[in-house]
Amino acid sequence: MTRLSLRGVTTEAKLLLIGVPVFLWTLLPIYHLFLFAISPKESAFSGEIWPEHPTLRNFAIVFGQKHYFLSHFWLQLWNSVFVAVTSGAITLLVATASAFAISRLKVRGGRTVMNLALFTYFIPAAFLAVPMYKTMGLYGLLNRQWALIWAMVAIASPYAIWVLKQASDKLPYELDEAAIMDGASPMQLFRLVYLPLILPSLVAIGTYALLLAWNEYLYAFLLLSRDTDITLPVALGNFLAADDSPWELLMTTGLIYALPPAAIYYAFRRYMVAGLTAGAVKS
Amino acid sequence: MTTLALDDAKTAPVATARRRLSPWQAWGLILIAPYVLIFLAFVVYPVGYGLWLARSPQSYVDLVDDPIFARAVVNTLIFLIVGINVKMMLALVLSGFFVQQRLWIRWLSVLFILPWAVPSIPTILSIRFMLNPEWGMINQIIFRLTGEDGPNWLNNPSLALMFAILVHIWKSLPFWTLILVAARLSISADLYEAASVDGATGWQKFRHITWPSLQTVYLTSTILSMIWTLGDFNSVYLLTGGGPADLTHVLATLGIRYLRLDRVDLAMASIVFALPLVLPLVFFMMKRLSR
Repeated sequence: MTRLSLRGVTTEAKLLLIGVPVFLWTLLPIYHLFLFAISPKESAFSGEIWPEHPTLRNFAIVFGQKHYFLSHFWLQLWNSVFVAVTSGAITLLVATASAFAISRLKVRGGRTVMNLALFTYFIPAAFLAVPMYKTMGLYGLLNRQWALIWAMVAIASPYAIWVLKQASDKLPYELDEAAIMDGASPMQLFRLVYLPLILPSLVAIGTYALLLAWNEYLYAFLLLSRDTDITLPVALGNFLAADDSPWELLMTTGLIYALPPAAIYYAFRRYMVAGLTAGAVKS
Repeated sequence: MTTLALDDAKTAPVATARRRLSPWQAWGLILIAPYVLIFLAFVVYPVGYGLWLARSPQSYVDLVDDPIFARAVVNTLIFLIVGINVKMMLALVLSGFFVQQRLWIRWLSVLFILPWAVPSIPTILSIRFMLNPEWGMINQIIFRLTGEDGPNWLNNPSLALMFAILVHIWKSLPFWTLILVAARLSISADLYEAASVDGATGWQKFRHITWPSLQTVYLTSTILSMIWTLGDFNSVYLLTGGGPADLTHVLATLGIRYLRLDRVDLAMASIVFALPLVLPLVFFMMKRLSR
């Protein structure tokens, strides 16, 4: 008996020996961000674990746009929302239509399109950034938010189409056949049979595209430059350009920017985890 | 595989029937057209235009002559070999930790996902400030403990690259751990029980039960992670900006440097240079996914 409980204790100790470092490693940068956001300017750099006088003043400055780095905070937040929602919506429309055409209508060339889309998905996005920048210049879209939106749609669509096609293939074809027997047109089939059944996957894919666009830094910083056009991550990156950057405000803005995607992620965790696991790496 | 073939056989008559009905094909073409147009305008055309910009052999000569390029290639290889192997091995170990049935471990796993769930810009900037030589948290702690000033972490190319790799691992470790947790959970518990009855040690169970079931997922994850790591712009750019003295660039950030120098042809040439490494990985993944 004693030997067994001794072994139990050692197992728990071993688990803690992994768990505690994992906890610290995971939370340190995020806690550091949070610590700066609630510290007054003077004590932000003192190296305390918890500020003596925690304050919400930084948030007041950010929300009141009371610093020249932040003079367009609300507009930039809106830009981020606009770009993310628009990219997410267009991706959803384009990908649903394509997946339906490939999977249910068996459109000719559908398989080729699927393979080309997959190929795009696996080309690292950073490699496409430079030619994309030059092309947007040719199209006259540079420094316009539509350049970023189209770039995001082009990058998000392949994975979206692939996931939706996989989900579509699993729907029973008998339903289609029955609908066709009843004289349904292709669009009726799409609206009345396909869309209601594919809805759960649409939630996951919409979230994926939305977060992809919200989180994007590289394309946003390449394609947009005016202070009134840029999204929040670009504004955060611009803080770095100055030596006298107000760190505590940068961290506060960063925290505000990081909260929505974290909340969305946790709200849709079940879908996201299942979708990504099944999608990315099938054994 | 069998179910797939079965599905095809079942649906084939429907498909051929539809092919004769032209409205179905017409609607199919209309519905697939938006993506095809987007693909042509924002993928095919840029790639073609980019390759055309880098058509001169002189671009490649200039590229190879640039010491920054050689350094970036070495950095990329270090980033890939060290970063991915450390990350995947940690993920393998941690996946074994997170499948343990404890309430506190379940809670920890919810927190553990945070680096993956939050955008990378704020957290990378947070780490960058921690490493600041004068006011950063790390050097403050060093000063308190020893009374000495800590090193200027990001001013040393090797240290700076190492920290960029650490940032990359911090950000993507949760995702890969999750993938391996899912793979471990799909292994039948009966196998472990049978092995315990036969008196197998923990290592023997790992060696003969866990690893054989995980190795395909592990390999695929490694390949996919290589592709994604090659495109990891943020970890390097936001932490070091490629500095000091352009010594910590990787291929993902090098293109932006050439763009700044107004040498788009060099940017494209450096990407063409990476293709022999990227394309086999891409085709491997495509084969996996289009099964």
